[in-house]
Amino acid sequence: MKEFLQKLTDDKVGLVGLIGIVLVVILALLAPLIAPYKPDQMFTNHTLEGPSSQFLFGTDEFGRDIFSRIIYGAQVSLQVGLIAVGIGAIGGLIFGLISGYFQGKADQIIMRIMDVFFAFPDILLALTIIAVLGPNLTNTMIAIGIVFMPVFTRLVRSAVMTVKENEYITNAQAIGVKPSLIIIRHITPNIMAPFIVQITLALSGAILTEAALSFLGLGVQPPDPSWGVMLNDARTYMEFAPWTILFPAGAIVITIFVLIYWVIV
Amino acid sequence: MYAYILRRLLMLIPVLFGVSVVIFFTLRIIPGDVAQTILGTDATEEALAQLRKDFGLDRPVLEQYITWMSGVLVGDFGESMRTGREVLPDILSRFKITFELTMLSAILSWIIAIPLGIIAGIKRNTKTDFTVRIISLLGVSIPNFALATVLILVLALTFSYSPPVGYVGFFEDPIKNLQILLLPSIVLGTAMAGAVMRMTRSSILEILRQDFIRTIRAKGAKERLVIFNHALRNAMIPILTIIGMQIGVLLGGTVIIEQIFSLPGLGQLVLTSINQRDFTVIQGAILFIAFVFVLVNLLVDLLYSYLDPRITYK
Repeated sequence: MKEFLQKLTDDKVGLVGLIGIVLVVILALLAPLIAPYKPDQMFTNHTLEGPSSQFLFGTDEFGRDIFSRIIYGAQVSLQVGLIAVGIGAIGGLIFGLISGYFQGKADQIIMRIMDVFFAFPDILLALTIIAVLGPNLTNTMIAIGIVFMPVFTRLVRSAVMTVKENEYITNAQAIGVKPSLIIIRHITPNIMAPFIVQITLALSGAILTEAALSFLGLGVQPPDPSWGVMLNDARTYMEFAPWTILFPAGAIVITIFVLIYWVIV
Repeated sequence: MYAYILRRLLMLIPVLFGVSVVIFFTLRIIPGDVAQTILGTDATEEALAQLRKDFGLDRPVLEQYITWMSGVLVGDFGESMRTGREVLPDILSRFKITFELTMLSAILSWIIAIPLGIIAGIKRNTKTDFTVRIISLLGVSIPNFALATVLILVLALTFSYSPPVGYVGFFEDPIKNLQILLLPSIVLGTAMAGAVMRMTRSSILEILRQDFIRTIRAKGAKERLVIFNHALRNAMIPILTIIGMQIGVLLGGTVIIEQIFSLPGLGQLVLTSINQRDFTVIQGAILFIAFVFVLVNLLVDLLYSYLDPRITYK
């Protein structure tokens, strides 16, 4: 982990990305302090007003401050991102470790199930799960988590299979260390590098998927401030109130940009 | 080769069987009564019973699955619970639109991405390279629905242009058809272009570093020949892999894009049927999309051996 942070800060490109991520996280965490208004506070005589000193990014059709809603929206995005990726990553880690370490029947069964999930395009699988569970914030997180599980499973499995061949693992097995201990102490720490990179990528994917689902009306439900919901609501008024669409769109693009910037540049 | 293709096709059967099981049974664990959801809360008990009987909802779930599956195997996907229309013909006619949209976006993105990726790879670490990398990064970061809405907005405000509504088939009126599909295809293809650009660049870089390229250059081959005849062909495998993966993203993306541009494609059918809880349509359409998706991936695998004869399939 130390090495990982060292590498990240050595590299200027990485640093820019990291600062971006930290900024988004701070915005989300300190939303109540930074946002001038509550996200659902309506100023009924200020509907669809352009950006001004009172309303930095203008107001929407209910007279709600778009700047405040975007900042609270960062909370929603981050929450969905972290919890959904958490579900996918932990599930994938467990299945991948079992599959890669024990191989044989368990591996066969787990990988065939994952193959089935791989046969769905991501957003369609999420849509189906939401069709079953019903659209709301919690179910959005569960759906995205399930969608991401196969990728993590495959990644962990192949990493485990490489690490397993090392002599220190064979030694541990020879002196009779319990498999569970070998997995926790010797294998898991050694597969963390690709795992963490995948987590960052999945984080941006989860935020995107949440925004897309909410945009379709099948994710976070109004009046909760999700960037996807804001974008969808704004489509009706966009021609005479472009700010209702430009600021939420900008928020999504910038967040995704900083999240994947250091991974892929 | 043919034996290999046949075996790979046979291997799709368990995957698709798994998909059908997952879809069918997850849709059946929805809490509440399906008949009630369709008819509303003030439906009479007789009407509810009749509907359940019509769609076989009163029978055990396993039996319902077997009935559905034996229909699917002979091309009968059942009837919509909402409209009573046959599901498969609806899927096929809408898939034409989705297919055209997907292909057009894919082709557009390759035309833009592969040349730019090659240029960036050749001119590594120059301003050109940096610009291409930023463009590709932007392409990947901008969600298609955000791009679509902003693009529609900008076109409306600057040129008072709004995308034509409704759909005309390619063979009825090719020009109108392309007019309708151009904007959605650009939007849908952007993310793919970003990903393909990035992969082309790194793949070309990787190949140009290899010994055989140095040999060819030492022999005095023209740079153009080196790039196109030798480097690009060898760089195609990873590019093809990312293209195969991106087709799935495109298919998923059509759900959103068709909604925004009101195109009556398969994605829109899925979304409407989910909103209306029309199970027969949802399960049919998703099974169909999964089928197309696994076929595309198989096709990509087979193309590998065409591009690199060292890869043989037995």
